Amino acid sequence: MSPSAPAPARKGMIIDRDGLQSLLDRLSARGFDVIGPTVRDGAIIYDRISSVDVMPEGWTDDQDAARYRLARRSDMALFGYAVGPHSWRRFLQPPEERLWQATRQQVGLTIHTTAVPSAPYAFIGVRACELRAISIQDRVFLEGPHPDRRYAERRRGAFIVAVNCTEAGGTCFCASMGSGPRAADGFDLALTELIDANGHRFLLEVGTDAGAASVEDLPSRDADAGALVAAEEATARAAAGMRRKMATAGLKELLQANPEHPHWSEVAERCLACANCTLVCPTCFCSTVADYTDLRGHEADRVRRWDSCFAADFSSIHGGPVRASRRARYRQWMSHKLAHWIDQFDISGCVGCGRCITWCPVGIDITVEAAAIRAAPPRPAAGEGDDDGNA
Amino acid sequence: MAVRDRPTLAVWKFASCDGCQLSLLDCEESLLTLAGQLDIAYFVEASSAFRAGPYDLSLVEGSITTAADAERIRSVRACSHRLVTIGACATAGGIQGLRNFADVRDFVAAVYASPEYIRTLATSTPIAAHVPVDFELRGCPIDKHQLLEVISAFLARRKPDLPEDSVCTSCKRAGIPCVMVTHGTPCLGPVTHAGCGALCPAYARGCYGCFGPAEQANTASLSRAWNALGTDRRTLHRAFRSFNAAADPFRMESEAHADPDHPR
Repeated sequence: MSPSAPAPARKGMIIDRDGLQSLLDRLSARGFDVIGPTVRDGAIIYDRISSVDVMPEGWTDDQDAARYRLARRSDMALFGYAVGPHSWRRFLQPPEERLWQATRQQVGLTIHTTAVPSAPYAFIGVRACELRAISIQDRVFLEGPHPDRRYAERRRGAFIVAVNCTEAGGTCFCASMGSGPRAADGFDLALTELIDANGHRFLLEVGTDAGAASVEDLPSRDADAGALVAAEEATARAAAGMRRKMATAGLKELLQANPEHPHWSEVAERCLACANCTLVCPTCFCSTVADYTDLRGHEADRVRRWDSCFAADFSSIHGGPVRASRRARYRQWMSHKLAHWIDQFDISGCVGCGRCITWCPVGIDITVEAAAIRAAPPRPAAGEGDDDGNA
Repeated sequence: MAVRDRPTLAVWKFASCDGCQLSLLDCEESLLTLAGQLDIAYFVEASSAFRAGPYDLSLVEGSITTAADAERIRSVRACSHRLVTIGACATAGGIQGLRNFADVRDFVAAVYASPEYIRTLATSTPIAAHVPVDFELRGCPIDKHQLLEVISAFLARRKPDLPEDSVCTSCKRAGIPCVMVTHGTPCLGPVTHAGCGALCPAYARGCYGCFGPAEQANTASLSRAWNALGTDRRTLHRAFRSFNAAADPFRMESEAHADPDHPR
């Protein structure tokens, strides 16, 4: 759904803060591992929550390139912030997990597969851009000839409570990526937080049968027309308030036609190759697998952990890394995200969440870098040497 | 495995504080397992019982700061099948590498009552500047889990799994929000080799660079970001002048922020 187009008439119910607590209680009682936003270490992160009391009530975040600060709001909004340093990926595709363990026996080995924890996740406060990111990771991990069984198990059981954005964060550009700020699908329940003369309340919409079952007999009232209009206006305001924009028309062709553009070298002057952008990105999916043995040689673990295309080991083959320079690595990441991803998965790898901009320690801004490549004509190929030793 | 079949281990000390050797003794319950798998043939800090080489695995702590040690490391190399250097002194020259930026005779005169007894080299250099090294384990001090990984890998004849990622990678995997971005704390993490498990950022401190430069460390760009956070030239100069001051990327960056009146 286009974020600028008027949404179809919707209906829903209204719950208040206590109603939200009842929903959390029900999900816990049904055996869900309830994960939601909470304040820790100066940021709003995702972790286990059992109560509305630990949610970021009255907090917001002030974000810009390389800058994130918590700030107090003038109201007591529970979802009055944009996305933080964590994404739901850390639960669906954990940063590090043991896949199996082998134990040496008198004859041969026994192999124990490490089970995925049995309690399904309930995610509270999933933004529209994050729903898109999850749907992209679904394509990566679940489609094709080799679905990822562990991702599938975690994903299958997950219950998703989306939250429509009513304010744009400082680095958001989901509207131009067509992925927000309103959640179109992919949720069990969706909330829109409303704070106005009629009080502090949530418009609750049902997306699935599981969602409907979870709110049966929940203390609520029917949504009146005023609440529906207020929700529409709030998400439209968020879309209109976005300061950043990605011009997507022809972007794939532009990047694929300009592997030698001088701007790649300019970015490489600033890029730290620290991998932060890839590790905060909600769609980046790369991992590596390592085997460990103990001192006695009796046990071995196979571990999978997040990896990044900014690491030398990532592209190392006999003779060294394929992408030896920061220039080659940044170009690989950005052009994969915005261009080759479309060839590979039929969708852009960018959802416009702005995390790579906020969490880059030197503030490299993917929207600005893409615009720079669009704006400046490449120098003639003659005299434009490749300083990587790899084209 | 019969006792006579165990590979032999030797632990050597050069110019250092002994902290990295202590990391080995600090392995607690793993130390007994280790002693069952390796024949500890030479480890002065642990035992006065020595046996002659050759040794299957030598762990070398410390840097080369004397002519005698420059000779001794050759004999250690000659009697070691595998030689692994441990810690910032052995891999980068250590804190004593600060002499590389000054005249060591001034230090000797300032510190010792009878400087005429001191025979020392003008520089502190890593072991790899003198003899071939099979593996370098970073850190000031080293991380004991990484040391056990190196030894386990040696015993299993596999490559140690110790990636050259930045400290940022450790923060992100651990879910620690970036200290530079969330509270403007200058941090060396983006240019520092992983291995400590992001110990300082986990306590809301910036990274001090104990594990030395990461691969592709862009120290100039990080320095500009520190400047933007309000860090002055002198602080930047000192940030890159610690345990890994003599490692090339850190050395060059500290020199770029040297006092114009005292340009070292």
